[in-house]
Amino acid sequence: MSNQTDSNSGNSRETNRGANMSKVTGKPVDKAAIRGASSSPVSSHSLADVANARASKLGAPTTGSTGLEAKNIHAWFGKKHVLEDISMDFFSGTVTALIGPSGCGKSTFIRILNRMHEFIPTAALAGQVILDGKDVYEPGVDVTKIRLRVGMVFQKPNPFPSMTIKENVLSGLRLAQIKIENEAELLESCLRRAGLWDEVKDRLDEYGGALSGGQQQRLCIARSLAVNPQVLLMDEPCSALDPGSTLRIEETIRELSASISIVIVTHNMQQAARVSDYTGFFLSDGGPGRLIESATTTEIFTNPKQKRTEDYVSGRFG
Amino acid sequence: MSQTLIGPKATPRPRVITTEPRFTDKVFRVVVTSGGMISLVLLGLIGFFLVFNGFEAMRNAGLSFLTGFDWVDAIPEENQPASYGIGAMLYGTMVTGILAMIMGVPVAVGTALFLSYYAPEWLKKPMVVVVDVMAAIPSIVYGLWGYFVLMPHAEYWAKLIHKYFGFIPFFDMPAPVFTRSPFIAGLVLAIMITPIVTAIAREVFAQTPLERIQAAYALGATKWSMIKAVVIPYGRGGVIGGAMLGLGRALGETVAVYTVLNLVYDIRIEILLSAGGSVASMIVNKFGEADPVELQALMAAGFVLFLVTLAVNFLANTIINKTARE
Repeated sequence: MSNQTDSNSGNSRETNRGANMSKVTGKPVDKAAIRGASSSPVSSHSLADVANARASKLGAPTTGSTGLEAKNIHAWFGKKHVLEDISMDFFSGTVTALIGPSGCGKSTFIRILNRMHEFIPTAALAGQVILDGKDVYEPGVDVTKIRLRVGMVFQKPNPFPSMTIKENVLSGLRLAQIKIENEAELLESCLRRAGLWDEVKDRLDEYGGALSGGQQQRLCIARSLAVNPQVLLMDEPCSALDPGSTLRIEETIRELSASISIVIVTHNMQQAARVSDYTGFFLSDGGPGRLIESATTTEIFTNPKQKRTEDYVSGRFG
Repeated sequence: MSQTLIGPKATPRPRVITTEPRFTDKVFRVVVTSGGMISLVLLGLIGFFLVFNGFEAMRNAGLSFLTGFDWVDAIPEENQPASYGIGAMLYGTMVTGILAMIMGVPVAVGTALFLSYYAPEWLKKPMVVVVDVMAAIPSIVYGLWGYFVLMPHAEYWAKLIHKYFGFIPFFDMPAPVFTRSPFIAGLVLAIMITPIVTAIAREVFAQTPLERIQAAYALGATKWSMIKAVVIPYGRGGVIGGAMLGLGRALGETVAVYTVLNLVYDIRIEILLSAGGSVASMIVNKFGEADPVELQALMAAGFVLFLVTLAVNFLANTIINKTARE
């Protein structure tokens, strides 16, 4: 697992991408980028180029202390073993993409990270999810607090239809019974960070359902930002959206990744290459899903270590 | 080619689009149409029957039929004409119906929420069956149970309420008779409407979209805050509809109320006092020994009850549609 070696070479958490971006020009070029540029063993040049373009633009992916870590995760639905021994680190201030064919357990995996897994009857799991050094599945942990720190955006935009745009954004405060001083300020900053402010600032009292699909999804992102999570999980956030909205959301992801870590499940490899710093490739050969390879996005798309990863990212199957 | 582009083209007239349904489709259409019409026709005939038989009494009494408090047969020896007014009974029907709603609907909604979101799996199915069976118990059984089992307890509760809340006019007590009061009738009715309201509320709550529930949980919601933010707004219309159906049942309930309510031709606001009214119970009370003139008045009373129930259902539908649109 190359992730883990990276984490030890560690800059501190404070070295976030914002700082990196200003240093980009002075920074030595990433090794992976060189590899990718000089000899690309993968036939899919365009994806490698996309990944490289991002890597060289941002400099080396930030490494830092681990905010969220999955350790030896197994999952079952009833008797069916759906995930086998997944271990992954998610570094603060980075974007991690999870790719792989349908049914390989990516969504199950991210739902385990914020304890949404247990809502499915018969769901079971083994292993640990460590958030800031503590196992979130330990008895006595307040699960609502975990979900406040690890937010989630779903595949289908799901704003609350009985609430206005404003109420939707602030709904997390109400749901978690958090009181804050300046709601208007929070409202604006969340909508701005989600890239929606300019489109809705004059219609905050309209119902959320009146927005387009892409706007609704950004409203959902704004909503999850309002409770100030340190990790945001996104389960195929763009799969129900048109290309324009998808691009807009990818921009949002890029801006957000300066301040929080993001884990995104996607079927769109272009998207993984465009937005992520790290990529994990999941695969199931009929049995439980496994993490085949996990590395920097550049490496996955230019120089994967596993044949199966190479086949998948080059479009030979999946 | 180029010629067709020159000059404005005549706008075509919209075509008439028709379809010829298949024979089987026509047969089915006749079957469902007649099925739908039958209920309408029956409703109309019942209304007509009541008006036809009760018209005479309503014309004689005029508006005082609705507002009057007396139900006196003619006494020819004393040269006293008959006087029929259902004002007190109508008021009593409303009071017991509203009391039933106040006591029954919260219990029903709570039960539905418990069954949908809190009950452990092993308890859920047997409880659903029990609640459904409650709806099937004949109303005379509720009446007898209410009279022999519930009333002694309810009498004690009524005394407590009077003792601590007697300063509120509703709970005042001019005479110390606590049995067969509107309060007890409302309690029995509340128990009777609970199953139907529970069943409807549970059905509606169960349809709450999972994605909204998950969205709330993913924002750190507790179960209760999730229910407040997602389940109740979604189910509000349906629950009101269910409550109105329950009210419809409570307003028309006859035998159970007859058993546990002391019918008195007077309008009193003290709900704990052994004096109340109910149009349906009054009809069953008087029906057996009514002479033809009184029978007409009873038909008229039935017609009023019929209209009130229709109005309640109409109101229920309006509320449901309005909340559904929002």
